[in-house]
Amino acid sequence: MFGAGGGTSSYEEIEHADVVLLWGSNARFAHPIFFHHLLKGIHNGARLYCIDPRRSDSSKWADVWLGIDVGSDIALANAMAKVIIDRGLHHQEFIARATTGFDAYRETVARYPLERATEITGIPGEVIEEMAISYATAGKAQICWTLGITEHHNATDNVLALISLALLTGHVGRYGSGLAPLRGQNNVQGGGDMGAIPNKLPGFQDVEDDQIRGRVERLWGGSIPPQRGWHLTQMFEACHAGMMRGLYVIGENPADSEADVDHAREALAGLEFLVVQDIFLTRTAAMADVVLPAAADWCESEGTVTSSERRVQRVRKALDPPGEARPDLEIIAMLAAAMGRDWGRPTAEQTWDELRRVSPMHAGMSYRRLEDLGGIQWPCYDEDHPGELFIHWRLWEDPIQGPPAPFIPAEWVAPVDRLTHDYPYRLTTGRHLDSYNTGVQSGGYDAPIRIGGTLDVSPEDAERLGVDEGDMLRVSSRRGSIEVPARVDPGLREGLVFMAVHYTDSADVNRLTIEAWDPKSGTAEFKATAVRLEKVGA
Amino acid sequence: MAAEPTAAERSLLHQVLPETVRVAVPGRVVLAGEAARGQRDLLLPALAATQAQFGWVSPGALNEICRRLSIPPAEAYGVATFYALLSTEPRPPRVAHVCDDIACRQAGGLELLAGLEGRDDLSPSPCLGQCDRRPAVFVQRAGEDDQVLAPATATLVEAALHGAATVTPPPRVEGQRLLARVGKTDPTSLAAYRQNQGYLALEQALRRGREWVIQQVKDSGLKGRGGAAFPAGVKWEAVAREPAPRYLVCNADESEPGTFKDRVMMEGDPFALVEAMTIAGWATGCERGYLYLRGEYPLARRLLGEALQQARAAGLLGAGILGGEFDFDIEIRLGQGAYICGEETALFNSIEGLRGEPRQKPPFPVQVGLFGRPTVINNVETLVNVPGIVLEGGETFASIGTAESTGTKLFCLSGDIADPGVYEVEFGATLGELIELAGGPAGVTTAILLGGAAGSFIDPKRLDLPLTFEATRAAGVSLGSGVIMLFNIGRDLRDVVLRVARFFRDESCGQCVPCRVGTVRVEEAVARADGRVEAALIEEIDRAMRDASICGLGQTAASVVRSAIAAGMLGEAG
Repeated sequence: MFGAGGGTSSYEEIEHADVVLLWGSNARFAHPIFFHHLLKGIHNGARLYCIDPRRSDSSKWADVWLGIDVGSDIALANAMAKVIIDRGLHHQEFIARATTGFDAYRETVARYPLERATEITGIPGEVIEEMAISYATAGKAQICWTLGITEHHNATDNVLALISLALLTGHVGRYGSGLAPLRGQNNVQGGGDMGAIPNKLPGFQDVEDDQIRGRVERLWGGSIPPQRGWHLTQMFEACHAGMMRGLYVIGENPADSEADVDHAREALAGLEFLVVQDIFLTRTAAMADVVLPAAADWCESEGTVTSSERRVQRVRKALDPPGEARPDLEIIAMLAAAMGRDWGRPTAEQTWDELRRVSPMHAGMSYRRLEDLGGIQWPCYDEDHPGELFIHWRLWEDPIQGPPAPFIPAEWVAPVDRLTHDYPYRLTTGRHLDSYNTGVQSGGYDAPIRIGGTLDVSPEDAERLGVDEGDMLRVSSRRGSIEVPARVDPGLREGLVFMAVHYTDSADVNRLTIEAWDPKSGTAEFKATAVRLEKVGA
Repeated sequence: MAAEPTAAERSLLHQVLPETVRVAVPGRVVLAGEAARGQRDLLLPALAATQAQFGWVSPGALNEICRRLSIPPAEAYGVATFYALLSTEPRPPRVAHVCDDIACRQAGGLELLAGLEGRDDLSPSPCLGQCDRRPAVFVQRAGEDDQVLAPATATLVEAALHGAATVTPPPRVEGQRLLARVGKTDPTSLAAYRQNQGYLALEQALRRGREWVIQQVKDSGLKGRGGAAFPAGVKWEAVAREPAPRYLVCNADESEPGTFKDRVMMEGDPFALVEAMTIAGWATGCERGYLYLRGEYPLARRLLGEALQQARAAGLLGAGILGGEFDFDIEIRLGQGAYICGEETALFNSIEGLRGEPRQKPPFPVQVGLFGRPTVINNVETLVNVPGIVLEGGETFASIGTAESTGTKLFCLSGDIADPGVYEVEFGATLGELIELAGGPAGVTTAILLGGAAGSFIDPKRLDLPLTFEATRAAGVSLGSGVIMLFNIGRDLRDVVLRVARFFRDESCGQCVPCRVGTVRVEEAVARADGRVEAALIEEIDRAMRDASICGLGQTAASVVRSAIAAGMLGEAG
């Protein structure tokens, strides 16, 4: 944020926060390591607010759980901002010195009085007000979020609304105060940092900046397309439009994970050439023309990963990969050789050292230092730099260093998939503790607490539908229909139903979800689907 | 997913734990968190109630407790498994804990355990505090009151496990001050207590004022009877000077092997302790008293519980005591089988719902004690001296005993002695006089253990040693909790020492590495002793434990072993 794609704080800071807003996140299931740090914070007296349509396991630790309507986050954040400004609790000095665009922001949030926010979110005004005051007046406050914020058609606006709250109150760039987007995989952060996003070179350098691109081209000895590429959702659109005919997939399973997955599978089937590189024969791999068996990165190859707190850590090889499986690095080098470019057989460390020349924010992170310091948090510009526990402290310098942080107002827009008489239930998705994403990495193993794919309904809806736990329900959206067993969850309210995303064979939830996606991030609105429920055989 | 409680478990926990999760708007807003976490101290009572009702703490019950108190299940599991009386595995509804500690193992305890193999309703236990009526058995009974069998027989144990067993005979006591009412006055009757000087001291204390009471306790020279011999008046004055809220804690977690005096006091004169605590609470300005009682003392629990109720009903506890402005109440907290919880800071942690691990000192309890507040913590015997001091004045009390050891002392005589029991004598009486008081040795004495498992063996020829704080200190031994245990010629002393070493290995909380590892190494070395003992090794381990353990357990864990080596009980030192 403000130009750097990572959380501003460190895990240890959550242990010392006074107020924590856990927003759109069931971290206890989805980020158990982070949640362990959060529990320490709670133990140390932090006041926890959980904003989540479901009363999830994480919410049970909260002082206050706010069960908002799916997709109403911006209305809630803007109403909080209005309370804070109306009561003069905003950090006027910080706003004046370190930000721009406050006036426009104030005008926007002024349109979100508590009554309107209550109407949109379903939360009583006094609860919103209390949370706003508590956040604004806390000594140290954190906002943490996950896919409940980002898997929406207006994901970027959702994030901006939260960032603005931090700017409004000065809860960023100081020890204990910050913004923490929690990453799912151990290396989601690292993927983006390394440039595996369509518009950035390694280290979040803009690919469309001629000067930067020129420098990297000279280092790499080749040319780089001067425009940003497609993100995943655009790729599938291009596929359907016949503009993309070949696809090389590394460690991703879009044939299960894409929203409106029937549509995505059609796109993949229509490709002229599909290459999949993965550790298992996933559904996507099964469709491929060529499958390249890969080593498991966490134990069968050398390298680094980067966690949600921007910490780069070494990964060491413990096992030889089975059969013909090879580390990703080796496979890519072999591909390059086959295409007529001899890269030799670069080691992980040589590759990393090249990255350090390309990406200034990684420049100081030699393997030796990563080992000695137990990992380093970027940015780390040279070998004397210890890394940064939290970033954006520059906003507190007087005068501030670098550009000020802009307020970017966001307006609330309802989820695309509207609830109607025919599709009256709001389906949202999430995770179980024992499983991971589409189950590629977790489904092959038993877990004592695994309950498998179900459609979770509130006790009230279960009664209305006449279903008991285990009865089969037909769940239909405007895109598809599946049959799954019902499970009753008292953490849901009437009209709200839930499915986990892990069980693509038995409960293929993405046949229901909508592909409506956020134009800025490319993320689809997995979290808000309108469905109809029918008892099977009734 | 997570295990759910049964309907019965849910119903029980609904009674013992307040519902802290408040649904403000159904399906929308739930308030919990701090309200629940503020009641962490109800964790141990909730676990104990579950254990008492169902015979174990099931995962479902544990989860329900955690939900109500907002505690991570892993943490609550860590607490539940800390205590010997709590089981996180299913167990038979009745389990007999058979004492195989130093006194009982020589008098039938081991024989009772002979059939242990393959049985899940018999379990060996450290000292049960019934050494005067050995061998002792403590029966945990799901859904019923627990029961003590002492002296126990195999037939009695089977009867207790499968039907009904008889009660225990009254203890042998002798003493004029603290024990004056024990065995003579009905312990279930407040009226009887009041007819025998009861509550005159509280009236006097309220009339004369806080400062006056503290001055009397200071003048009396009363020193703590829990082992550390710290002047009680100094402690009280320090707490009274600290800001409120302050707490009073009575340490009734008597579990030093060979010790049973506090139990005899509480079972024989429960109102005396209630009155003493009330006076202490008044003098030091404490707003609440906690009586942390050993879980293996079901009779004391019942009698004290009844005494508290009667005192409340009579306006001697609660709001406006004796019609005045003083509000004070006392709550019993039951230990669940952990010797270490007798250590004052471990006891605080135990009450607070944490694992019973001692804290680093300083800060001392007078400043940072229970719930982080200034706390008076005194042993039962220390407190029951207080009403007498208030009635006759501190100076009169100070004239009893010796200059440095004022008043009387309760001694627990057991082992190979004619009349085992609790004997009260004025400080200054010698070891020989006490043994004679208890009818003399039952045989030819070869060894005497003084002070309990944390004490030491004393030369049986030192019968002229006055049992005062100063004389024992000069002799390099400790009065400890007042244990005097005799061993006849022919007793397997190596077996006794090995049992003491095993006791410390079992009871080390594991927090300090030197103690966690050292107690194991000492036990191994004692087990290896066979005509020769590795004295230098044990001495070195002892030094490490003394230097680097934060509490008295580690600091005294090798004391008995080293005194046994010095006395040649383990063979030649080499």
